[in-house]
Amino acid sequence: MEENVVLSMRGITMTFPGVRALEDVDFTLRKGEVHALMGENGAGKSTLIKVLTGVHEKDSGVIRLDGIDHPIENKSPEEAQRMGISTVYQEVNLCPNLSIAENIYIGREPQRHGFIDWKKMNVMASSLLEQFGITADVTVPVGHYSIALQQMVAIARAVDMQCKVLIFDEPTSSLDEDEVEKLFTVMRALKGQGVGIVFVTHFLEQVYEVCDRITVLRNGKLVGEFAVQELPRWQLVAKMMGKDFDDLAAIKSLRTNSPSDETVIKTNGLGHQGTIKPFDLNVKKGEVIGLAGLLGSGRSELARCLYGVDKPDKGSIQVGGKDFSASHPLDSMEAGMAYLPEDRKKEGVIGDLSVKDNIIIALQAKKGAFHLLSKKDQEKFADAYIELLQIKTRDRDTPVKSLSGGNQQKVIIGRWLLTQPDFIILDEPTRGIDVGTKTEIQKLVLQLADKGTSVMFISSEIDEMLRTCDHMAVMKDGQKIAELDAAELDQKTIMSTIAGGGK
Amino acid sequence: MKNEWKKITRFRLFLPIMCLILVLLVNVIKTPSFFFLSVRNGVLYGYIIDVINRASELVVLAVGMTLVVAASGGTDISVGSMMAVAGAMSCYVLSGGQVSVNGYAAPWIAGALSALAVATLCGAWNGFLVARMRIQPMVATLILFTAGRGIAQLVTRGQITYIRVDSYKYLGNFIPHVPLPTSIFVAILVVVLTNLLLRKTSLGLYIQAVGINKDASRLVGIKANKIIFFTYAFCGFLAGIAGLIASSRIYSADANNIGLNMELDAILAVALGGNDLAGGKFNITGSVIGAYTIQALTTTLYAMGVTADQVPVYKAIVVVIIVTLQSEEFKKWFAKAMAQKKPVEA
Amino acid sequence: MKKKNAFNETTFLLKITISLFVVMYALGMVVFREKGFIHFQTFLNLFISNASLIVIAAGMTLVMLTGGIDISVGSCVALYCMMLAYMMERQCVDAVSAVAIVLATGLGFGFVQGFLVSYLRIQPFIVTLAGMFFARGMTAIISVDMITIMNKRFLGWAQDKLFLPFGGYLNRKGVLVRPFIYPTVIIAFITLVLIAILLRYTKFGRKIYAIGGSEQSSLLMGLNVRRTRLYAYVLDGFLAALGGVLFCLNTCSGFVEQARGYEMEAIAAAVIGGTLLTGGVGNVFGSLFGVLIKGTIETFITFQGTLSSWWTKITIAALLAFFIILQSILGNRKPRTGENQ
Repeated sequence: MEENVVLSMRGITMTFPGVRALEDVDFTLRKGEVHALMGENGAGKSTLIKVLTGVHEKDSGVIRLDGIDHPIENKSPEEAQRMGISTVYQEVNLCPNLSIAENIYIGREPQRHGFIDWKKMNVMASSLLEQFGITADVTVPVGHYSIALQQMVAIARAVDMQCKVLIFDEPTSSLDEDEVEKLFTVMRALKGQGVGIVFVTHFLEQVYEVCDRITVLRNGKLVGEFAVQELPRWQLVAKMMGKDFDDLAAIKSLRTNSPSDETVIKTNGLGHQGTIKPFDLNVKKGEVIGLAGLLGSGRSELARCLYGVDKPDKGSIQVGGKDFSASHPLDSMEAGMAYLPEDRKKEGVIGDLSVKDNIIIALQAKKGAFHLLSKKDQEKFADAYIELLQIKTRDRDTPVKSLSGGNQQKVIIGRWLLTQPDFIILDEPTRGIDVGTKTEIQKLVLQLADKGTSVMFISSEIDEMLRTCDHMAVMKDGQKIAELDAAELDQKTIMSTIAGGGK
Repeated sequence: MKNEWKKITRFRLFLPIMCLILVLLVNVIKTPSFFFLSVRNGVLYGYIIDVINRASELVVLAVGMTLVVAASGGTDISVGSMMAVAGAMSCYVLSGGQVSVNGYAAPWIAGALSALAVATLCGAWNGFLVARMRIQPMVATLILFTAGRGIAQLVTRGQITYIRVDSYKYLGNFIPHVPLPTSIFVAILVVVLTNLLLRKTSLGLYIQAVGINKDASRLVGIKANKIIFFTYAFCGFLAGIAGLIASSRIYSADANNIGLNMELDAILAVALGGNDLAGGKFNITGSVIGAYTIQALTTTLYAMGVTADQVPVYKAIVVVIIVTLQSEEFKKWFAKAMAQKKPVEA
Repeated sequence: MKKKNAFNETTFLLKITISLFVVMYALGMVVFREKGFIHFQTFLNLFISNASLIVIAAGMTLVMLTGGIDISVGSCVALYCMMLAYMMERQCVDAVSAVAIVLATGLGFGFVQGFLVSYLRIQPFIVTLAGMFFARGMTAIISVDMITIMNKRFLGWAQDKLFLPFGGYLNRKGVLVRPFIYPTVIIAFITLVLIAILLRYTKFGRKIYAIGGSEQSSLLMGLNVRRTRLYAYVLDGFLAALGGVLFCLNTCSGFVEQARGYEMEAIAAAVIGGTLLTGGVGNVFGSLFGVLIKGTIETFITFQGTLSSWWTKITIAALLAFFIILQSILGNRKPRTGENQ
């Protein structure tokens, strides 16, 4: 291994059932370097980190750590920690019932005559926090503090463990500017000590402020490793989102009707505490509106607020011209809405049920428990959508969990189409799906719009949205910052809007 | 041949049917006259009739437990206590508060309805704790498990109340001129009606969906909490029916003994029926077969000289074996062990 | 730095428990003045009658801290009593060996349950429900009839009064009546203190709290969750056996119906004492007060004379329900970590 390299990962491949999460990825970390790891959802960043820290077992590839002759195989977080790899995770991984001091020292508490020395532990914890410029009562259970402080405690813990490699997985999502500055001060100090830092983030500004190098992943593959100074912002955004241009015109020409003037959904300062800042939105009948923005910018949160999954606590919404409020998703459905969630495994697919049941279930819920769809109707509907969407399944009674990801997605799309909604929200409908199906879905979106259905289309692939959208809202850091209409829809404008922020 | 075998074992009801056949076989070996039927005074007698008769309460409980497990992945361990409460209520109403009566103080239907109402109320309480207060099912039902029998005792004022009226005994024994014990018909009726309810409405589909993926169910418009609440209330209702049968058998309300230990039996029946105790898809027929199997097993054990108090040991062992086989960790370990045993096929 | 919620559940719940006990006991002293409630002995009797429950509740607290539960303890107590009686009376085993065998069995039982819960990840309720039926059935298999213990040594331990040098009173005849306790009380106290030290001052104890607070975080912080949980159940099994021995010293017999519903009393004591059912919060001193509250209620019922003993169970169940619901409400109020994305 090279002189100043502390971590080297070569040819890392990792496959989950049905999905290639990582394909032949390389990653190099040098001593005293802050190295950003970037990429959109499904790019593979999380998986790479989890392979390194022993949460997942890789299929192939070699990992080498400075000071150890042979390639390392981390089988558990415990092992990774022992090797000198510390991690601060995006979701605060502390025990809320234990005090700050305990969380920092659990498993390695200072002892006196065989018993834990609480006094010493508390003193050590206080002084450690002071290095971060934080004063807090270290004897109070950490769950009583704000998420931001908890994150700082998690960071303090990782730093205290004298590691060679320190991984920060989206550490700043819950921190304000002052706290972020404190974190950067610590990072710079660690740099000086020769620690290698991996910084996974989607905040462009922070990358340019504190990082030396950037590695970009896309769809499980390595796009490249770049020095921060040599990569202007918009190029970085382009590399993350992909610049494969298709023939825009070809697909767009499928569109026969343009959106009408009638407003279907209108929001006025609608917002939800903690997830999405108040936004105004107008959706017209037969319009395809896209939500663009980086991961974490609040696109899904906006969608969930509209559909009523996160009950809005600010502002108002009108559906079809009438004031509307949802206390249960069923209300939204009855108002003509439909919602395809981002996480289809957790919130979309009802795995053990058959393809048929998964397709008819939303319509059934709309009709009510006592108006059971007849078996004949159920089969008719299921077959219709299996045919229409070309769902590859042995038969309609196969459990949906045995279908491939793409086909599962089609089943859920079919489920919602069957309810004949006026407004359908598609959150990352093409993620993890083969190219052919992606195109089918985009064509489907246009067909729907032609028939007068309004569609909200959220995707990390800008070109998909360019091909289908009439109108686009741009999101950044939890709020809607701009709207672009048809004339302004091109790659460069969108990316610079996202990168620069605001228009 | 191998594929055919795989097909048969995959069939949902394979496990319960195999177990039943196994137990019946052991029974026949021990008691060659197991399947003999005879007719006396216009009534059918025989060991097998006995088994089916005594299993009736368990069948009814198993139906309720199946739905509770399916929707919430939890179990209701208060069913035995709810039976006691129902029995106590019925005897109290019919005896007008006395210790022993020879005639009804109120129409039978009043006793029955009040028993069912009280039991359903208990179930609703469980449902409220689980669905609305988000308390773990085991813990929530623990409360009635403790207090239920005490409440039953209160209702009967600490005495065993006797209803020495012939028509009260019909439910748990025989209706004149009918050759089979009444409880068998009640059990069959419960199973049939429940099946109708689940199949003729979308309730069966909802229960499964909620048990498999509560979040997704909510997003498609299913009121998941209401479904879960319903399953517990329904389970209470069925415990009420079982309690009435049990009380009728002994024409009294014995708060300490009615339904004693039946909660484990009900859970065991559900597990034996091939249902996953973590929730999701369910099969009532399987649970019913499981219930009869357990009763047959108990009969076998009695024939071997095991006393009523000792039987639970064997049931406990069976439960542990079944949940071990169902556990993901075990399946993973087993798969690994099998993979290592096979030499690399060139 | 910012403190979002200075409200500390542990202290809050513990305060409620202790206040409840004090209020109830004071009430008893007023209402049952004539019957001698006011004597120090009445207070000591709480410990004498419940020495066994104190130990068992401590074990239950351990397991509940990890987020689990053990409903087999009641049946286990019956089993251990029967084992002691059987070994000493029918097999002529000496008292010390009998006790040693029972304690070893407790360890083994705890190990099996712990393995099923921790390594096979089967729900603790199901595992211990099966354990409950297994133990109760085994009690009947050992002997269907009641066995009374006549072993002199054992009876000596059971009946050896230890008089306290204070708290005496003059009875009607003018004779000084000294209050007393039994060795079981001392053992219960020592056990309680040891477990409290374990939970507060050893790494193992803190790991128990950690895995109850967040199993996932504990894993990611490099703790061996499975092993810790297993040890918690092993220790709980041992304490069940110890509690069984203390119980037997009280009843000096073994029979099938003993200690029915005992597990409920232990769980109630722990919950009323401030142990959260979801794990991670609680301590054994709270459980001690939970036991004392139950003892006080029982004493009320006894002194009252006319109410059926079932009233104790109902009151406990009502208190349990109250505390469970209280915990649930408090739990829903707390901001949850890791969900603020």
